[in-house]
Amino acid sequence: MIALLIYKGIMCVAVFGISLGVAAYSTLWERKFAAFLQDRKGPNRAGWGGILQPLADGGKMFFKEEIIPNVSNRALFILGPSMFMVTALMTGAVIPWGKPLMINGVTYDLQITDINIGAIYILGVASVGVYGIMIGGWASNNKYSLLGAVRASSQMISYEIAMGISLIALIISAGGSLSVKDILESQDQGVANIVWQPLGFIIFFVCALAETNRAPFDMAECETELVGGFHTEYSAMKLGLFLFAEYINMFISSAIMAGFYFGGYNFPFANELYSALGLEQGSWLISLIGFGAYFTKIVLFICLFMWVRWTLPRFRYDQLMNLGWKGLLPLSLLNLAITIVIEYFRGNIQF
Amino acid sequence: MQLTNRKVVVSHKELSFAERMYLPAVAKGMAITLSHLFKKSPTIDYPKKTRPMSATYRGRHVLKRDENGAERCVACGMCAVACPAEAITIVAAERKKGEEHLYREEKYASSFEINMLRCIFCGLCEDACPKEAIFLTDRLVDAEFEREDFIYGKEKLVEKIDKRIDITKRQTQAVLDFKKIPGLRHNTLFDPKKQVKH
Amino acid sequence: MLGLTITQWLFGILSLMAIMFALMVVFTRNPVNSVLYLVLTFFCIAGHYLLLNAQFLAVVHIVVYAGAIMVLFLFIIMLMNLNPDTEPRKHIMTRLIAGVIGGVLLFVFVGALKGAEQLQLTQSGASQIGLIKNLGHVLFTEYLFPFEITSVLLLAALVGAIMIGKKDTNINVSRNS
Repeated sequence: MIALLIYKGIMCVAVFGISLGVAAYSTLWERKFAAFLQDRKGPNRAGWGGILQPLADGGKMFFKEEIIPNVSNRALFILGPSMFMVTALMTGAVIPWGKPLMINGVTYDLQITDINIGAIYILGVASVGVYGIMIGGWASNNKYSLLGAVRASSQMISYEIAMGISLIALIISAGGSLSVKDILESQDQGVANIVWQPLGFIIFFVCALAETNRAPFDMAECETELVGGFHTEYSAMKLGLFLFAEYINMFISSAIMAGFYFGGYNFPFANELYSALGLEQGSWLISLIGFGAYFTKIVLFICLFMWVRWTLPRFRYDQLMNLGWKGLLPLSLLNLAITIVIEYFRGNIQF
Repeated sequence: MQLTNRKVVVSHKELSFAERMYLPAVAKGMAITLSHLFKKSPTIDYPKKTRPMSATYRGRHVLKRDENGAERCVACGMCAVACPAEAITIVAAERKKGEEHLYREEKYASSFEINMLRCIFCGLCEDACPKEAIFLTDRLVDAEFEREDFIYGKEKLVEKIDKRIDITKRQTQAVLDFKKIPGLRHNTLFDPKKQVKH
Repeated sequence: MLGLTITQWLFGILSLMAIMFALMVVFTRNPVNSVLYLVLTFFCIAGHYLLLNAQFLAVVHIVVYAGAIMVLFLFIIMLMNLNPDTEPRKHIMTRLIAGVIGGVLLFVFVGALKGAEQLQLTQSGASQIGLIKNLGHVLFTEYLFPFEITSVLLLAALVGAIMIGKKDTNINVSRNS
C-alpha cells in the first residue's frame, strides 16, 4: 500500500514536472522558432542563446502587480485561471510515457493510472477546460473578455464533436479498447495507427488546434480584434497561468496525437532493436529508449503546432464554424463509415 | 500603366472543391515558411558586432587643435553661413595676452554651439572652414533625454589635448588637392570662368 | 473508522457534497454561481458512478452534462446579463404555487422511493455492468429498442431547435461562405 502510494506519488510529480518544464521551454522555443521562420534570431540575452528566458519570464510574471478589477466577481476571477491550469494538467494522468519498468520483480507502468475509458476521459477533461476560460472571461466584467470567452467555448464545443468521432474511428481500428495503454500497445508491431487513419489524423489534428485555441483558431485571444480576449483584464501570474496552460495543452495534445496515431513509445523495428541489444522485458533501458522515442515525437508535434501558427492567418469566425460543422463533422462521419468497412474486411469487427 | 508584371487580378469566383479543402494551399504556405527556416538571419548581434562604416562617414563634429594644443577655430563664421540647417551659433572673442597657448590666432570662439537636432550632417561646414578647424567624424551622436542636451558646446566639440580625434581619413590627398583649386577658394566667390582646370 | 469502509466513507462525503451543492444551486442569488454549483453537483454524481464501477457513465456524464449542456446554459445566462438587481420581484402567489408544486414533486419522489427497499442493491465495486463493454452489449441487444427511441427523440429535438432557430426563408442570405 505504502509502496503503491510512493510509486503513484513519484509518477504524479514526474508528469507534473515534465508538463511544466516542457511548457516553460515551449514558450522559449515558440519565440525562437517564430524567429527562425522569419529570418530573425529570437531571444538570446538571458543565458546562453536565451536558455534562461523562461525563468526570466516566470520571475517577471510573479513580481508584476496583481490587478483585480473592482467590478469583477473576485472569487470567480481567481477561479478561472486556476481551473484552466488544473484541467490542462489533469489529462497527463492517463498517458503512458514508456514501456513498463521492472524493479525487483515488480512491474511499474510509466503511467499514473490506466483507466479503461482513458480516451473518453481525455475528451471529458478537455470539455471541462472550457469552464476556466468562460468563468475567467465572464468574471472580468469586460465585453472583450466576454466575447473572447463565448468564442472560445462555442469553438471548443463545436470541434469536440468532430474530435470525438475521429477518435471513435481510431479506437475501432486500434482494436476496440478505450484504454490509452491498449491503444499504444496495439501499435507494438511497429505499424502506427496513422496507416489506417490518415484522414482521421488530419481531422484530429485540426480539432486539436482548435481545442488548444492555437492559431489559426485563436479566436479566443484574437489580439487584433478583442485586445486579448478572455484574459484582457488579467495581469501578473494569473495571466501567466492562462498563457502557460495553453502550452501545457499543446504538450498534452502533442502527446495524445503522437501516442494515438504515431505509436507513442513504439517505433518501427523496436522489438528487433531490443533483442539485438540483448535487453530483457522490463529493462530500464527499454523504458528509456521508448520514452526517448515518444518524447522526440512529442517535440516534433510541438514544432508542427508552432509551424502552423507562424504560417497560417487567423480564420474569420463564420469560417471557423463552417469548417467545424459543415466540413470536419461530415468528414469525420465519412471517416468513421470508411473505417468500419475497412475494419470489417480486416476482420477486426464482426456483425 | 504597368510598373511590374506581378499584378494579380482579384476574382470572386466560387472556390473549386480542391481549393475548398484548404489543404493544398496550407501545404504551400507551410513550405514557404519552412524554406525560411534554412535561410541566414540578416540580424547582427549589435553590441557585440557592428556593421562596417564608410570611411567618410559623416557623424558627430570635432573642433581640432593644432600640434601645440591651441584651438584652430578663429570664429570667422564661415561654417555658420554655410550651414543649410542653421545649426551653428558662434560668439567671437579677442585673445588676451598670455593665452597664446590656448588659441592659435588673435580671434577665437568664446562659444561654439552646434544643435545636433538641427544638424543634417551634410559636411558643408567642413568644406567651408578655411582653418581646417571643424571636421565630421565617424563617432555617433549619443541619445539624450532632454532636448537641451543635444546643443553641443565647446566642452563637447573641442577635442581633448591628451585624446586627439583622428581625422586623417577625411584629409585624403584628393580632398587636399580639391581645396587648393583657386575657383573653390573659400574666401572668394565662385566664378566658373576663373576656375583653373585641374 | 467507525466501522465503515473507504467506499462507504466516500459515498457519504460525495452524497453530502452533492446535496449541499444542489441546495446552493437553489439558494444562491447569482445565476452564474447557481450554474457553477450545478456543475459541481454533476461532478459529485459522476463520483457516485465511479463508486458503482461505472466509469463510462461517469465520464460521459461529465462530457455531456458538465462539458456541453451546462456550458450552453452558462453561455445563455452570461449573454442575458442577469443581475440580482434586475430580477423582477415575484408575487407572493407565484411563490406559493411554486412551493405547492415542489411539495407535490417531493411527495411523488418519496412515494416512488418507498418501494425501492425491496430492490436488490448490488455491492458497489463488484458489479461489472457499468464497464463499457458490458454496457454496450446490453444497450445494443437487450435495450436496443428504447435506445433507438431515445435517439429518435433527440433527433426530433434537434430538428425542432433548427426550425425555431431558422431564419425567415424570404431573407435568403446566399453568400455565406
